[in-house]
Amino acid sequence: MTGSILLEAQQCSVSRGLRTLVSGVSLEVAAGAIWHLVGSNGVGKTSLLRALAGLARIQVTGDIKRHAPMLYFGHSLALKSALTPRDNLNRHPSGGLVSDSQAIDKALSAVGLSGYEDAVTGRLSAGQQRRVALARLWLSPPPLWLLDEPFTALDTSGITVLENKIVSHCSAGGAVVFTSHQAPDLGAQLQTINLEDYRGD
Amino acid sequence: MTEYQGQSGFEYLRAQTGRHLSLLISKPSEMLNPLFFFLLVIILFPIGLGPEREVLSDLAPGILWVVALLSNLMISQRLFVDDFDDGSLEQLVFAPVPLALAALPQLLAIWLTSGLLLALVSPVFALMLGLPEQALIPLMSSLALGSAVMCLLGGVGAALTVGVQRGGILLGLLILPLYIPVLIVGSRAVTEAVLTGGDPTVPLAFLGAALTASLLLAPFAIAAGLRISLEL
Repeated sequence: MTGSILLEAQQCSVSRGLRTLVSGVSLEVAAGAIWHLVGSNGVGKTSLLRALAGLARIQVTGDIKRHAPMLYFGHSLALKSALTPRDNLNRHPSGGLVSDSQAIDKALSAVGLSGYEDAVTGRLSAGQQRRVALARLWLSPPPLWLLDEPFTALDTSGITVLENKIVSHCSAGGAVVFTSHQAPDLGAQLQTINLEDYRGD
Repeated sequence: MTEYQGQSGFEYLRAQTGRHLSLLISKPSEMLNPLFFFLLVIILFPIGLGPEREVLSDLAPGILWVVALLSNLMISQRLFVDDFDDGSLEQLVFAPVPLALAALPQLLAIWLTSGLLLALVSPVFALMLGLPEQALIPLMSSLALGSAVMCLLGGVGAALTVGVQRGGILLGLLILPLYIPVLIVGSRAVTEAVLTGGDPTVPLAFLGAALTASLLLAPFAIAAGLRISLEL
């Protein structure tokens, strides 16, 4: 599976209203690759990532080919505060998760939330809620991950855990595209695109 | 890497129905709101109209159906709003089933906890208005069928207006015209049973036909509406 292309974007432009945010981005995400989208606030990182995910087709020009199932982790965590972390993962609206409770307990303990499986998600702290959402990555996820600011609100140990997960996912043949203002330690596979170079008008 | 295996479509739909049901049940006050609204109106009407049994039982089919329609309208306004706000709605795009199907578990959960529940308790309300006994079964079946139709139609409107700030009035304008035929046929089924003491089959068959048609067509309209609201 190594070397196969999971996602291709050619001459991709993203606009918001009348303003073109980024234009002419070409990207080939091969299995095993980690892509880091960088740029200042408002340059269009999230918009580009959503375009790649297929979540913003109207304002996007260019050719985007998706060859693999993907997992999108956005600013909105898609968690229900009234449900438990276990139920939130077990019945996630994106589907595609294993739903046996042992796997879910393992995933929650991997993100440091063992003991909180049956808590009320709404009572957890912001960082803990992000960890619940990130536990999706441990639950036999699709090969291609699109992560929007995954490191936000995590403590240093959480960041390390997530870095290791991303690296191991990619060495197993997956691929990750993420945005972040941090410079995470992700080894030799890391490639960076600076969106400032693709600024529109 | 092991080949990716997602949930099967059926598993997914079942899990999502469970998710929405437990969400609705976790907020019992919101779930029972339409019932309280119903009860309130049924209590107020006899006070406003006077206690003459003939007047009340003549008006009962219309009153019951109008209140069912209004409570359905109330529910439709909230339908996709929470999921839109917390990002659950956009995750439906990645579901293992097409968007048209992915939106259905929520509608099913809503119908079970509002429309069907209302249909089941409606005989109590009906007797409070003096509706004759032979009209109770037609009332229950017409409400069960009709509320399912209205749920699906309301889903279409809700999908279109979910991204709009204060889309409630817009939603009403969009779907009320579609609710009207359901109201006419539904209350007709009950009146028929009261008047002739007999046969509500024709109106009920109409409701069944409407339900079949909306089950087939509404999911596509809902998916199209969601695509517009999510800017897909």
